[in-house]
Amino acid sequence: MAAADNPKDMIVIKNLTKHFGRVRAVDGVSLTVPHGKVKVIIGPSGSGKSTVLRCINHLETPTGGEIWVDGIQLTHEHKNINAIRAEVGMVFQQFNLFPHLTALENVTLAQRIVRKRSKEEAERKAREQLERVGIPEKADVFPAQLSGGQQQRVAIARALAMDPKIMLFDEPTSALDPEMIKEVLDVMLWLAREGMTMVVVSHEMGFARNAADEIVFMDKGVIVEQGSPDTFFQNPREERTRVFLSQILH
Amino acid sequence: MAPSSATLERSAQGQLVARLSKLPWWLLLILLAGVFLFYKFTTDELYSFILGKLKQGILVTIFVTTVAYMAAIVLGLIAGLGRVSKNPVVFNLATLYVQIIRGVPILVQIFYITFVVTPALFAAVNWVGNGLAGPLGLRPMLDYLATANPAQITAALNDLNGFQRSVVWLAQVDAQSLSFLTRVIFALAVAYGGFEAETFRAGIESIGKGQMEAARSLGMSYVQAMRHIVLPQAVRRVLPPLGNDFISMLKDSSLVSVLGVRDVTQEARLYVATSFRYPETLNSLAFVYLSMTVVLSLGVKWIENRMEHGRSG
Repeated sequence: MAAADNPKDMIVIKNLTKHFGRVRAVDGVSLTVPHGKVKVIIGPSGSGKSTVLRCINHLETPTGGEIWVDGIQLTHEHKNINAIRAEVGMVFQQFNLFPHLTALENVTLAQRIVRKRSKEEAERKAREQLERVGIPEKADVFPAQLSGGQQQRVAIARALAMDPKIMLFDEPTSALDPEMIKEVLDVMLWLAREGMTMVVVSHEMGFARNAADEIVFMDKGVIVEQGSPDTFFQNPREERTRVFLSQILH
Repeated sequence: MAPSSATLERSAQGQLVARLSKLPWWLLLILLAGVFLFYKFTTDELYSFILGKLKQGILVTIFVTTVAYMAAIVLGLIAGLGRVSKNPVVFNLATLYVQIIRGVPILVQIFYITFVVTPALFAAVNWVGNGLAGPLGLRPMLDYLATANPAQITAALNDLNGFQRSVVWLAQVDAQSLSFLTRVIFALAVAYGGFEAETFRAGIESIGKGQMEAARSLGMSYVQAMRHIVLPQAVRRVLPPLGNDFISMLKDSSLVSVLGVRDVTQEARLYVATSFRYPETLNSLAFVYLSMTVVLSLGVKWIENRMEHGRSG
């Protein structure tokens, strides 16, 4: 079996299905993310877009189909899952920082116990990442004392410190106050320009237009349409896409 | 003008009443009773005599409670982790334990563990020892030891090497050799372990699913995520209930007196059986327990306050 049809493909999803009881959250989705490319998945709530994302690092166990990450197929084996997760960074809607640890400790912990880095190395790396997301001065602060935007940036730094090959973003700005959305999107945009392979579930159309190489529109568990931002926004093929765009672009 | 000033005055009075009613009067009353009894203990010969009688028992009560509690915490943590486990075998074993503990009165559990479980465990150990003795050729030795006198036994055991000696020990060790003190500590630990399991389970489940997901998404294993992320937060959250359980256990430790373990309750019972000084003895006994539990519950309150004002978690 070919690992991936094209070795440059970082993520290959073939005919993925995920059922929650009777509900078919994802119903036969195939998707390929080439190295260094950014895919933005949009769609109405309940369309299965977050579920696809969560299947990529096995936070949800797929019901059927195949997922390949960097040429390795995802199986149910724990070792395999942990190994792949270390290569795939994930950023959540609710940030999910560890509230009992400082920002710096949030960024160093997994480096130390998963990547087995020394304390000094992990801290150096953590400060470097906090610097990159623009909040080096918050290293010794606990999450509760940070704004939502700052928390999300620490969460991004935490994921980046693991040197992931892929970054997954699950509605990273949905829980943020409007004035903090930009600071998080700026970090993501810069990450995209640096050539990080990214899959982003988001409602931020501005970001999608600026950063995405391809937009994927999902509804009712299937991909309705995908294409470059220009064609997607200017000339959507499907009626369903047009209705959705007219609803969100006012 | 006049009516409004009257209302003002009333409200000032009302404020005073409101403020007074907020004071911890119960604590004041306990303190008063305490002062009175303390006065009695120092001036009344009978009271100070009784306190002297109880002194050794107080130490036993504290010892039993502390050791049993620490063991219960360990047991409870293990069973609590079992209760949130996705492994059906582990989950069912832990749930079985918790359900049995919750459904049987603690006094019955103490009897049961002392007189049924402990001998059964020893029988199991003997069985293992005897099983090993056969293949190791120690059978004749065991038969000989059964009839030998103490001097012969010592001589015979000296001829064995360390491993052989431990096998003989396993085969022969007798439940009688375990004191009732040890057995009731074991019993209290098992009984309270079941309750602590539910406390830990509730604490673990109170930590949002996102914490586990974030940890796992960084490549941590389930055990690593539990240890570094979920448990530190859960334990902090359940400190007050754990403290309250310590107080409960201090009180329930009085049950060990029914087995003749000389805790403070047993000392009081022994004294009263010959002196018939019921009021004085039971006043003293209740005072001893109350002063320990009041101090401990103030400690728990302090932990609660610290958590409320402290950092999140």
